[in-house]
Formats: sequence, C-alpha cells, structure tokens
Amino acid sequence: MPVIETRNLSYTYSPGTPFRKDAITDITFTAQKGDFIGIIGHTGSGKSTLVQHLNGLLRPTSGQVFVNGIDIWQQPKKIRSVRFKVGLVFQYPEHQLFEETAYKDIAFGPKNMGLNDDEIDKRVRLAAQFVGLREELLQKSPFELSGGEKRRVAIAGVMAMQPEVLILDEPTAGLDPRGRDMILQQILDYQKQNQTTVLLVSHNMEDIARSAKKVLVMNHGRIVMLDETAEVFSRAHELESIGLDVPAVTRIFMSLRKSGFNVGPNAYTVKQAYDRLLPLLKKGGGSNA
Amino acid sequence: MLSGITIGQFFPGNSLLHRMDARIKLVLTFAYIAAVFIPRNWAGLAVAVGFLIFTILLSRLPAKLVLKSIKPILPIIIFTSALNIFYVTDGTPLFDWAFIHITTQGLTTAAFIAIRIISLIAGSSLLTYTTSPTTLTDALERLLSPLKAVRLNVHELAMMMTIALRFIPTLIEETDKIMSAQKARGADLESGSLMQRIRALIPILIPLFVSSFRRAYELATAMECRCYRGGEGRTRMKQMHMRAFDIVCIAVVVLMAAGLIVLNFVLPPVI
Ligand SMILES: Nc1ncnc2c1ncn2[C@@H]1O[C@H](COP(=O)(O)OP(=O)(O)O)[C@@H](O)[C@H]1O
Ligand SMILES: [Mg+2]
Repeated sequence: MPVIETRNLSYTYSPGTPFRKDAITDITFTAQKGDFIGIIGHTGSGKSTLVQHLNGLLRPTSGQVFVNGIDIWQQPKKIRSVRFKVGLVFQYPEHQLFEETAYKDIAFGPKNMGLNDDEIDKRVRLAAQFVGLREELLQKSPFELSGGEKRRVAIAGVMAMQPEVLILDEPTAGLDPRGRDMILQQILDYQKQNQTTVLLVSHNMEDIARSAKKVLVMNHGRIVMLDETAEVFSRAHELESIGLDVPAVTRIFMSLRKSGFNVGPNAYTVKQAYDRLLPLLKKGGGSNA
Repeated sequence: MLSGITIGQFFPGNSLLHRMDARIKLVLTFAYIAAVFIPRNWAGLAVAVGFLIFTILLSRLPAKLVLKSIKPILPIIIFTSALNIFYVTDGTPLFDWAFIHITTQGLTTAAFIAIRIISLIAGSSLLTYTTSPTTLTDALERLLSPLKAVRLNVHELAMMMTIALRFIPTLIEETDKIMSAQKARGADLESGSLMQRIRALIPILIPLFVSSFRRAYELATAMECRCYRGGEGRTRMKQMHMRAFDIVCIAVVVLMAAGLIVLNFVLPPVI
C-alpha cells in the first residue's frame, strides 16, 4: 500500500472572485514507503500548493488524498493527526521560529503530539544531531543564529516529530553552496537511516540529481512527468520547453556526444560523470567515434 | 483561511469608475454617505439604493463582491435592527407578549435603517474596490494639502497611510503562511479554552512581529537608497486630471441629493 496517494486532486485559490486561480489540476500520483521523490517545476507551477494538500493544510477543491490508504478528509476533526504522520517543512522555514531557545523551538512539534518530556528530549537531541546542530547552539535564541543554522533548527523541528513522510519545500533556497550541500547531505542521511519517505521540492537540478530516485515534474498545475531520475533528465528538450534545466554535467555529456565523443549514457551527478569519463580518459583521450 | 477578507481590497479593472479622478471619487463617496441619511420615505431610499446599484453596474465588479463587504458588519446590522424592533413602540401592535411589543413602526424603522447601513458600507467599499490604496492616499494628500497652511505634515501622513495600506495584503499573506507552518507542526488553533487559544497565538504573533520589523528596516533602507527625504520639492509622475465624466458625476450626485430633499417635503415621512 502506498504511504501517500492522491486521486484527481485539484485546488482553486479564491474561487468566485476576480483573483480566482486554478493552482493544481487533476494530480494523481503515489509514493511508496522509502521513496525519495524530487518535485520540480518553474515558479508558480503549483509545487507548494500540492505539498500542502498532503498533510491536510489545504482541503482539495476536488479529489482525494490518502495517507496509508485512508482518506485524510474522511474525519476532518482528526486532521491534526495527519500532520504528525506527514511532516512538512515550509519554504524559508526560519521565519516560523518563535521560542526562546532553539531547543524549545525544535520541541514545539513533539510537544503538540502530547509526548512525555523524556521522549521529547530524546527526539529533540536526535533531530539536532541529524542536522548537525551543536549542543551549545541549542540553548541560544533562534534569532541569534546564522541563516543556515536557523534553517537547520526549523528542519529539525519537523524531523523531531519523526513523521513517516518528510516533505521539504525548497529547503536549500537562498543558502550558500556549502550550506546547501550540508543540508542536502543531512536529509539524505536521515532518509537512509530511518527509511522515511521523502518528497523534496527544489529548483536546483543538481540537488535533485544527487538525491532523488524518482522525479515528479509539474507545469501549470499539472504533472507532466513522473519517472526515474535518469529517465526524466534524459528528456532535456521537454524540460527546457517548460522552463526547466538539466544538471550541468548532463549538459556537458550531451554536448560531448554532439561533438562526436562516445561517452555512453547521460550522467546526471558529478560522481557518475567522474566514474564514466575517467576510464575513457585513461584509454587515451576517449574513443573518438 | 484569511482570504475571505475583502474590506479595503482593490480589484483592478478598467471601468469608468476605476478611471474616475480619485479625488472626485473620494469626495463623492462622502457625499453619498451623507446623502443616504437624507431620505425619510421609501421613495427617497429607493433612489439612493438605485443610485448605488447603478454605480455597482458601472464598476463592472461582480455584485457578489459588494455583498461580501457587508458580511463583517452583519452583526451590527442585526443588533441595530433588533433594537429598533423592540424599542420602537408607536404604530399598530403586531405582537404583544410580556415585555415584547412588536409594532409596524418598529419593523419599518428596522428595515429602513438596515438598508441605510448596507448602502453606506457597500458605497464605501465600492470606493476601495475600484481605487488602488496608493491612488486613494494620493487623492487624500491632495485634498488635504490646504492644511499645510496650518503646518500639518500632510505628505508624511499620506505616506504613512500608503505604506500601512500597502502592507495589509502582505501581512495577511505572511500570517497565513506562518499559521500554516505552525499547523504543520501540530499547533492547535481551533480548539481549547479561551486561555489556550490566546496562548496558541504566541507562535504566530512572534514570527509576525519579527518579520514586520525586518520588513520595516528593509523598506526604510530602500527608501533612503533612493534619496527619499519627505515631501519637500517632490514632484509627481502621475498627475490627476478632472475629465468631463467626473463633472457629470458631480452633477448627478448633487442632483440626487437635491431630489432626496425635495422628496422629503413632497411625501409623508415613514420614520
Ligand atoms: N495563497 C494564495 N492565494 C492565491 N493564489 C495563490 C496562493 N498561493 C499560490 N497561489 C497561486 O497558485 C499558483 C501556484 O503557486 P505555488 O503552489 O506556490 O507554486 P510553486 O510552489 O510551484 O511556485 C501560482 O500561480 C500562485 O500565484
Ligand atoms: Mg513554492
């Protein structure tokens, strides 16, 4: 049984006003346990709207969302319990920090779950460890931390709820490359260790290439592709036509092939490219076809 | 969740009403609000309501929107109507039981005043629906500029108002986002005792304050970078012009007010 399933999900903002906007239309997809799905699409394609349906923050205009096979809107009063199963980290999550200390802020979610103090403490420390926050930072005010540290506190705040599904909406937006790599690596480690299902919304194709097994591509509120990462990035022209890009190494591979080098199938991470090009170089400048 | 708020919201468009000189629109709206209080008989009230319906049609906005602006003040309307129904005791009694006396006059007064309040609110929301906040404060600044003579800093007042109005939608959007983010962490905003509900607001208010201050600093810096130094010697990119249509509008409103006064003399008052 899929952990998450949507059927013909559609959502309209401000219906019945001149600002009416169909943000997503007819979205049907499933995510299995342990999946790592990347969600890409240009700005305004409906990515954020889609993920806010998966934990019941938005109620579909039409269509259904199932978590572990149960329609989450069957009992609207119980919607809060869905938020503990499906953890959502918003875009720029550092804007939501409010507690006196980073520790207390991370504990906000687990506290709302009604856990006892020992369990909360255990979860907060574990989550802080995952995002690489040192002990002394936990006792600081979140407003004294650097941008990257704030972001990690906010992500830890959702990880500490230990949700079955972790959704991150552009978790690396606005960070420097080092901060970006660090957070991405931490998410990958977290997923590996807990076998959590992860949905990662991102603009950055390199991030997606490095982490996701599957990619869901959105355009004008609809799903246009949902496939293995390699398959999606092999359709570079289609991606370009909807204002998206392929990772830089994939572009390099494509232009190498165009200029007559037999480099084999496309690589989409630097590591793949390295593994594939090095033997060719050793053979002597690559086999010129 | 907060998207239902329409008071003070602007709906862009290109109707005659949208293109009207904002100064005239502002003055005429006040004139209309005053005029709504003139009628003492149904015919006069019908003229005032008819005029309102005509302007709504002119604005080309869905009538539903205008009705929506009434929703927040519905409790006030119900309250005043109830007061009138129970406290006006002249006229033919319709219902008499213990201390409750309902009379025809009470019902008439209640209906009359309810219609007045609705016209007043609908009329003023039509102003904000068809005029962008910046244009509106701009118009206000120009209308108030004679007050510079008494050393009132009209420009700064108008600038503050512009900024405040400009940030209302931003604040609503921000509040919405922060609420969603805290709800995603299991914050319970919808149930519990009054104390619990007030406490549940802390995770929303603190981030909201922090981001408002951040925005204020950013805006101040951006204004200084563009050498903003207040109103002295500033010229305007957009000048406001009165056109034939504006003059027609003034004439229509003046005529309507005069007509309402005449009707008061000709017909017997109902309230
Ligand atoms: N709160 C809102 N009210 C009205 N329209 C919205 C709101 N949020 C998003 N939209 C609109 O819905 C569309 C999809 O937005 P969003 O889901 O945020 O896209 P993405 O995350 O892919 O950039 C956009 O056109 C956006 O303008
Ligand atoms: Mg988004």
